Amino acid sequence: MKIRDIKELLNAEVLCYEEGLDKEVNSACGSDMMSDVLAYVKDQAVLLTGLLNPQVIRTAEMMDMVCIVFVRNKKPTEEMIKLARQLEMVVLTTDLRMYNACGRLYSEGLGSSKVNGEV
Amino acid sequence: MSEAINFHYVVDGDDFTSAGEASVDIKRKLRQLGVDPAIIRRVSIAMYEGEVNMVIHADGGTVDVNVYEDKIEMILSDEGPGIVNVELAMKKGFSTAPDYVRSLGFGAGMGLPNMKSYTDGMQIDTKIGVGTTITMVVNLK
Repeated sequence: MKIRDIKELLNAEVLCYEEGLDKEVNSACGSDMMSDVLAYVKDQAVLLTGLLNPQVIRTAEMMDMVCIVFVRNKKPTEEMIKLARQLEMVVLTTDLRMYNACGRLYSEGLGSSKVNGEV
Repeated sequence: MSEAINFHYVVDGDDFTSAGEASVDIKRKLRQLGVDPAIIRRVSIAMYEGEVNMVIHADGGTVDVNVYEDKIEMILSDEGPGIVNVELAMKKGFSTAPDYVRSLGFGAGMGLPNMKSYTDGMQIDTKIGVGTTITMVVNLK
């Protein structure tokens, strides 16, 4: 699906890099623990998180992700948005909680792809 | 044989919000050099973990990235407390990070094992009360 579809499905607000909304993405992951994202995630394009600090943006960049969704209506700081824009990353925020946000995307076909260490 | 290209970074230990800046920068530099994206990802993740560790445990330090024709070498040096038990620190899930670090999304005890798994070689030189130097290599060929 496109990032634009994620925005619609989650009724999300676009906080930066609207130019990237037509990018095609095939998989996502949800985590508040950046350590786990770095250790277990592989080839996921979208990160859903309730954690709010600049390391979220940097972690996503390290993993070559193209979109971050902040759940529970978290609003990143101006500094974080600036960083994400520089890195050409779409940042969305939604009122939904993590479980619901992930569930909606998963049931619409956005899978979790292959995760390191998964059987 | 051409000489290595060196990138030197000073990692500020006072402010957690800046942790990872050097790794974001090296990723951009390696892209400019035309390095294979899969290699860039491995180098930048390993360095990022090391950089975050440095801020959490050692009040910052320095990172040198040397790009050779056949490999990329990362040397992370700090003057922190040193690693008491390297074998234990290499175990997945073992962490001495304080609780506030977990609230920031780190400190799961995955840093060092992750650095090892993303690189082709890793050496830890550590001395209690003096500091730690971690050298990691990712082969280009």
